[in-house]
Amino acid sequence: MSSPHSAINNKGHGAARRDFLKAAAGLLALAIGGLAPVAAGLTAFLSPLRRRSAAAGFIRVAALAALPENGEPRKFPVIAGRRDAWTAHPPGPIGAIFLRRTGPKSVSAFNVACPHAGCLVEYRPEQRGYLCPCHNSRFELDGRLGDARSPSPRPLDELEVEVRENSEVWVKYCHFQPGRREKVAVP
Amino acid sequence: MSRAQKAAEWLEARAGVVKLGRSLLFTSIPGGPRWRYGWGAALLFSFAIQAITGFFLLTFYSASAQTAWESVFYLQTTVPFGGFLRALHHYNAQLLPLLIVGHLAQMIIHRSLTAPRELNFWLLAALFPLVVALSVTGWLLPYDQKGYWAARVPVNLLGLTPLVGPPLKQLLLGGPDFGHHTLTRFLALHAFMLPALALGILLGKSGLERRHRAAETAAANGAPYWPDQFLRDAVVCLAVMGALLAMILRPWLTGETERVEVPLYAPADPAQPFPAARPEWPFLFLFQFLKYFPGGAEVLGAIGAPLVLLALILAMPWIARRPWGHRFNVAAVALGLSGAGALTWLAIRQDQQDPQFPRAVREARAQAQRVQTLARRAGIPPAGAVELLRRDPLSEGPRLFARHCASCHRYGGHDGLGQIPEEPPSAPDLKGFASRAWIAGILDPERVSSPAYFGGTSHAQGQMAKFVRKTFADAEPDLLAQRAKVIKALSAEAGLPAQREADRKEAADILEGRRLLAGEDMRCTECHQFRQPDETATAPDLTGYGTRAWLIGIISDPAHPRYYGGRNDRMPAFGRDQILSAQAIELLADWLRGDGAPESSLK
Repeated sequence: MSSPHSAINNKGHGAARRDFLKAAAGLLALAIGGLAPVAAGLTAFLSPLRRRSAAAGFIRVAALAALPENGEPRKFPVIAGRRDAWTAHPPGPIGAIFLRRTGPKSVSAFNVACPHAGCLVEYRPEQRGYLCPCHNSRFELDGRLGDARSPSPRPLDELEVEVRENSEVWVKYCHFQPGRREKVAVP
Repeated sequence: MSRAQKAAEWLEARAGVVKLGRSLLFTSIPGGPRWRYGWGAALLFSFAIQAITGFFLLTFYSASAQTAWESVFYLQTTVPFGGFLRALHHYNAQLLPLLIVGHLAQMIIHRSLTAPRELNFWLLAALFPLVVALSVTGWLLPYDQKGYWAARVPVNLLGLTPLVGPPLKQLLLGGPDFGHHTLTRFLALHAFMLPALALGILLGKSGLERRHRAAETAAANGAPYWPDQFLRDAVVCLAVMGALLAMILRPWLTGETERVEVPLYAPADPAQPFPAARPEWPFLFLFQFLKYFPGGAEVLGAIGAPLVLLALILAMPWIARRPWGHRFNVAAVALGLSGAGALTWLAIRQDQQDPQFPRAVREARAQAQRVQTLARRAGIPPAGAVELLRRDPLSEGPRLFARHCASCHRYGGHDGLGQIPEEPPSAPDLKGFASRAWIAGILDPERVSSPAYFGGTSHAQGQMAKFVRKTFADAEPDLLAQRAKVIKALSAEAGLPAQREADRKEAADILEGRRLLAGEDMRCTECHQFRQPDETATAPDLTGYGTRAWLIGIISDPAHPRYYGGRNDRMPAFGRDQILSAQAIELLADWLRGDGAPESSLK
């Protein structure tokens, strides 16, 4: 307890010093007593900060034959197993992507989540582009922003695609932080 | 002295309850009772309603991704007064921000924010973000599509805060994405932390108010709280309840068809978009406000603008003391309120003008109705109500059709979901497939080669089309009567649920039709196989035509000898080539047959 304060109080007023020491000791005792519940609680509460989404790797999404030849986008669910805390979900839809043919054996893939606030964009054939129903962000067929006034800060998030064995479309499904100009994957 | 009196005195000597009550009830109110003092009472009353209804809701709620929606559904449909309880909580949550804003405006207009009431004013202003946080956490708890999508946006906006945003968001969600721990955390905030803070603020504000009143009564002519102000406060509380009941009973009062206290939409599904997502109406102005911030700048709108507003509110007590300061404050209130009003109106009008939005709302309601019908009929599986929709032909069928079939086929002219694809159809329209009306079309010389049947296919000039034209174009009435029986017989093969009654009643015609089908006069079996194994058949098997098994077979592999064999025209083998899972094919077959639920239709 040799803090700078004791030096200030050391003016011969022994009573003042004793009062200070009592108060300081009392506060210390309280802090030690209260430490256990607060520390345990905060450690548990903060633990999700270390949790990462299971890196999904490539997932088979569709057969190449299911994509129209004319380059029109199609939405496909992403089917995968998933763990949510204690529940192990059997394979089921965990999200969706747009797939579109860019050539006989090439495909581009977009995450359907709008990079603005995370609503799911829709394909509008009459506009030949995508539209977010929440804040009206527009995107071209190739994912570029379709309109300078779109609230979305960046184009639709393109995903890595592989066409395997000339017939299956595999996509590396992941999410990106919404609302930012740069595309940052969610941990 | 009676025993009761003695007991009362004993208690009073120790607890001072009567004295406390008296001091509360008989506090002097400076300037006497006034109606405008009722704002505080209204606010307290509104909070009390949330606390009471909140407690009882909590006794039914179960916070996990597979039980949240389900427990609210149970509360609403099974528990007596459950829906009404939720409605009270839901609509009162919409009144609360209005009451706070009204109270703030009243304090500004009547200059009761200057010394010594700065703290009262700030405490009241601090309630507003608390109530917004209570609302956002509350939206998510029923875990329906609306709450899920409406809560995602503010959570994502929070994540945009520089530096602390991303970890804060992850803490709030209890992980990288929405799940069980999002619900448990939102519940802990919504039902414990935030109300505790709000209670602290309300108690602090009332305490300060009493202190200031006591000091001021000496100067002004005061009158006790009881009974004049009490009566006014009570009437104000009654008015709040009246407004609340009017909001809850609106569907009954205005004669709306869908009479439900608070809609519960389909269970949250991250894979299903919800274009009807909007925040509750008191927050529509914020929603609209954010539309005007171009890409990447919404940090300014979502975090910057509220901070500026907060600074202004903090400064208002000082501004009020400057010359013109009061007018400035009042003008700021007027501007703020009319701006919020105008933005709300714009948000509503833009949605009304967009043809897609009302359609999205209708679809959302239809889905909600559908899942509730399923849940009532069979109960909810342990995997949750979302499973009910995923296994429901009526919900999944049209989606699968639009995704996989509609580039060639149509369903009643559209893609199954009501959209009309750009390119003309190149395969038959499958609405009512194998029904009498559908088969009548394919046996009609006028229609067999129309786009609704073989028009877009290589069969347009094939043997079947030629046969139909040659045989039935100028047919005798006798032959046409025989054709009618063949149609009934072939359609009866499918055993469609919608035709069960007709099939049963006209069994004699069907028997006769079956004989004709199998016989040589009608010439069906020259190409088709029917009930007798026929190695030489070149056209699809008519045995069990349109049954579930038949449909699953043709979707799985149309080029199988039982169906089109080598004459298959471009149709993919969805099963053989693993384009669709077995479950998806079954769902499509069931939906095309109209199996599942005749009483309610999604589209």
